[in-house]
Amino acid sequence: MSEPTTERPRALRRRARKRLNLVGIFGELFITAGVLILLFLGWQLWFNDIVFGNSQRNSAEELSTQWEQDFEQSDEPTEAAPGGAEADLGDPVVLGDVAENAKFANLIIPRLGSDYKRPVAEGVGNSVLNNANLGTGHYESSAMPGGMGNFALASHRTAYGGSFHNIHELIVGDSIFVETEDGWYKYIFRGLEYVKPSGVGVILPVPQQPGVEATERLITLTTCNPFLSSAERIIAYGVYDSWYPRAGGPPAEIAGVASAAAAR
Amino acid sequence: MYIALWRALPGPVWLRILLLVLLAAVLLTALVLWVFPLIDSLTVQPDVTVEE
Repeated sequence: MSEPTTERPRALRRRARKRLNLVGIFGELFITAGVLILLFLGWQLWFNDIVFGNSQRNSAEELSTQWEQDFEQSDEPTEAAPGGAEADLGDPVVLGDVAENAKFANLIIPRLGSDYKRPVAEGVGNSVLNNANLGTGHYESSAMPGGMGNFALASHRTAYGGSFHNIHELIVGDSIFVETEDGWYKYIFRGLEYVKPSGVGVILPVPQQPGVEATERLITLTTCNPFLSSAERIIAYGVYDSWYPRAGGPPAEIAGVASAAAAR
Repeated sequence: MYIALWRALPGPVWLRILLLVLLAAVLLTALVLWVFPLIDSLTVQPDVTVEE
């Protein structure tokens, strides 16, 4: 009677250990996979987002510094335009065509951060939007900064620097500045609109009115909505207010952001 | 799986822990430098543009 009682538990224990090992290995594999996926998401949405944001900012600063140097080397006088900022400077200078994927402007939006400055490049392909040194793209069919019609831009809401992450926090009347080699263009934020991904009407010269000739100078920012989804697009519109030629220096509101580049 | 790794590591407990930490650091570096960017380029990101 003592034999079966000593034999059985040992056999059971051996079998139990074997089964446990197999289950254990699978369990550990699944846990490892879970941890790896969480690590990837953390990297993509947080770590890489910050890395991209910083390098895009630095890229914009580089551009500002380059323009400052180019201007200083030119013969144009570095003084305020006659009559100061109040003077009527007439229609703004508008850039000509730019090569695809080339950065040609900086976007400065004080509401999105006191040091918010991002480069804008030609085209809205992944080579611009997913680029650590670009990130914000200009719809090639749309107007250039200060131009009659619609200066339309696209950028990521989350990850890849998430330049338009807090676009929903803009308040009517907020300033949106665009810097080019010629100077600074000031737009005033007018409102948000939510459209379907096919809502190309938002980047028309007169948004949502096909075939109508533009009489206003607008800026339009497009990005995805809600966060991490492609279901909708959130659109921010701004209306042109004024322009500041490079000779007169940057507008007072963004002097801090602009002089960070000049100081270097 | 991990118990086998623990058994395979040489030396006293403190050395094994040190080796595990080093191994984890190397793994994380490799993931961030090469594996994650590769996965990222293969996955689809939310589209931010309007198009027909």
